[in-house]
Amino acid sequence: MAKVLMKGNEAVGKAAIEAGCRFFFGYPITPQSEVPEYLSSELPKVGGTFVQAESEVAAINMVYGAAAAGARVLTSSSSPGIALKQEGIGYISNASLPAVIINMMRGGPGLGTIQPGQADYNMAVKGGSNGDYHNVVLAPASVQEAVDMVMDAFDIADMYGTPVIVLADGLIGQMMEPVEFNYVPRKGIPEKTWALTGKGDGERHVVKNLVIDPDDCEQWNHEHFEAYEKILANEQAWEEYLLDDAEYAFVSYGTASRVVRTAIGYLRAEGYKIGMLRPKTLWPFPQKAFEKVDGHIKKYLDIEMSMGQMMPDVAYACNDKNKVVFHGRTGGNVPTVDEVVEFAKKIMGGDK
Amino acid sequence: MAVVFEKTKALTDVKLHYCPGCAHGIVHRLVAECLEEMDEVKNAIACVPVGCAVFANNYFNFDAIQCAHGRAPATATGIKRVHPDKMVLTYQGDGDLASIGTCEIVHAAARGEKVTTIFINNGIYGMTGGQMAPTTLPGMKATTAKAGRDPKINGNPLRVSEMLATLTGPAYIERVSVSTPAQVTQAKKAIKKALEIQKQGLGFTFVEVVSTCPTNWGLTPVKAMEFVRDKMIPYYPLGVFKDITAEEGK
Amino acid sequence: MSTFSTIFAGFGGQGALSMGKILAYAAMLEGKEVSWCPSYGPEMRGGTANVNVIVSDEGIGSPVITKDADCVVALNKPSLDKFVDIVADGGALVINSDLAELADGQAKAGVKVYNVPANKMAAEAFGGSKLANLIMLGAVVYATNPIKVESIDDAFTHVFEGGKAKFIPDNKKAFEMGYEFAKNNA
Repeated sequence: MAKVLMKGNEAVGKAAIEAGCRFFFGYPITPQSEVPEYLSSELPKVGGTFVQAESEVAAINMVYGAAAAGARVLTSSSSPGIALKQEGIGYISNASLPAVIINMMRGGPGLGTIQPGQADYNMAVKGGSNGDYHNVVLAPASVQEAVDMVMDAFDIADMYGTPVIVLADGLIGQMMEPVEFNYVPRKGIPEKTWALTGKGDGERHVVKNLVIDPDDCEQWNHEHFEAYEKILANEQAWEEYLLDDAEYAFVSYGTASRVVRTAIGYLRAEGYKIGMLRPKTLWPFPQKAFEKVDGHIKKYLDIEMSMGQMMPDVAYACNDKNKVVFHGRTGGNVPTVDEVVEFAKKIMGGDK
Repeated sequence: MAVVFEKTKALTDVKLHYCPGCAHGIVHRLVAECLEEMDEVKNAIACVPVGCAVFANNYFNFDAIQCAHGRAPATATGIKRVHPDKMVLTYQGDGDLASIGTCEIVHAAARGEKVTTIFINNGIYGMTGGQMAPTTLPGMKATTAKAGRDPKINGNPLRVSEMLATLTGPAYIERVSVSTPAQVTQAKKAIKKALEIQKQGLGFTFVEVVSTCPTNWGLTPVKAMEFVRDKMIPYYPLGVFKDITAEEGK
Repeated sequence: MSTFSTIFAGFGGQGALSMGKILAYAAMLEGKEVSWCPSYGPEMRGGTANVNVIVSDEGIGSPVITKDADCVVALNKPSLDKFVDIVADGGALVINSDLAELADGQAKAGVKVYNVPANKMAAEAFGGSKLANLIMLGAVVYATNPIKVESIDDAFTHVFEGGKAKFIPDNKKAFEMGYEFAKNNA
């Protein structure tokens, strides 16, 4: 398929359709409103269903229903709207249902701003709902990667029976880049034998969320964590950028990593041995990448569009919090190349 | 010998956990009988609430999902949009539907979602132990309104059927009760009609059942039935509030 | 050229974003990497609209341009003032001279300045200012050469699809006017 120039918000909508998603339930919020706008016109063309819900709360509970009914289903929002969806995400997770949630993050907290941010890291990665659970969290750094990750998110959700969050930001949503759509489904996606379809002549299916007995509930949690172990083993993904000879490594994801990439160009031109470890999955965090490169890295320079929410995960991954330093911008600001270059020089202190 | 009566196959053999005198058991059975008589048990999917009926899925012998508090109409929307040919119903109490889930029920009704909602209105929170409900009558005692609901402090009860009847989306709205044999017969007719209208794809259908909660009302089952007659029904009058099939016949 | 970065900036409605889109499309059809990164939100309504376009032979890092822009296109005075310092040494500053004037010494030495009376030219040729942005785009392509000039035709056929195809001849004419103007006034 030839490349087309598409806005991130529309491209992720098309990606969902290409991956076989036929159901979208959502609510408008800047800077992701082009996702529902696009799908409101495109889903009906392929026999799909678009519902503009009365709220994000309703939207995610529609997702819960559609997922339970066996459909590939998507919702999208931006930070405050995702905060509203947390209840439903917890229910979907507890019921081991597959669903894809796109968050085009903006600055927060509260109503915050509409400019791009990454301050929903904790909400997505640590879980913003109640209880012991994880979301799989994918972090695209370009429109093409957002497309690829949305497609894969549906497969991951179906493989493991879990909600998958595609954690992008307003800049990726609003930006246009060339994209192509080449969905190849993963092998081994299980059939949805548990789906609510009416029992017909067979056994009835029940999607439960309440486990009144604590021992049963504990056991249920353990079953979830068995799935999480598999995800931890199989799904860690990252990019190593100029790390072979690097003595310093930026750790950055999404839009912030784009700025870092440009900054590395300037620093390398001056002879600094610096590269980037870019997590593509935030949960599971790419622990394996750190195990691979840690031997020759003196410091990890964490660059985020938040106040450093990823830092504890970087410290845990490299097992030395003294090796992790942070620079970030928040509230809707994107770090500039200059400030990233200056920060890195200060940390490296002329160590070329 | 010919069988003249048997329990509906649309209920399981699990023993109900409801208190003596509670109307849930009666309404469960009416829903189940209607589905069986319509041969729709195989197509039915129930969205069960948070509240006393949270375990309704243990009793309904068909597909079911336990929903988040108040969100059953949204979850039902998701299911019905995926399976437009199935019978989708929500079964909700007054805290679930008329308090935390007011937004979801109003908009499911306004969209004309082709699902059926059974609304159990007993004017009190049962599962959590007798707190004030959005439908608690003025003067009625609750553990969060110990001297009785004072509209000046606690606001006024909602008449949900009347509210929803102002919308264009619903096809059928009726309020019934199950405190007398005649009322039970009428309640079954209403539920059957709602399900039939859903099957015809005509719009949203809603049956409110004015019910009892002897335990949290502090009354015997018999006194609770009398309370329904003397206090609840005067505030929540029974009857049909909307019926587009009747309007069409005019 | 490995990477070319440009900021198109003006009032909302002046067509800054669509100029950028046409350039990005043309570059993409040449097989280049591109990014088109707009400002968005309330500031777009009646305020300044700008878009950062990067064209590259390799992967693009920051889609946001905060330094060393190869070109800044200023469609009005506030945009000129906002972005004049971001132009790289040896870069180009293309100004709609009907709506913005460079103050003495405002541009860094080594920056090539192109003053294009795009509104006047558009008014004479088309009876209004609507195609001033395409005149400006023609000047930009001459001044900075980020794409092959023929590629603009391909871009037009993608940007003006279906019923919009009727707009192509005037857009093409405006583009050529700007290109020739820059060539003759360089």
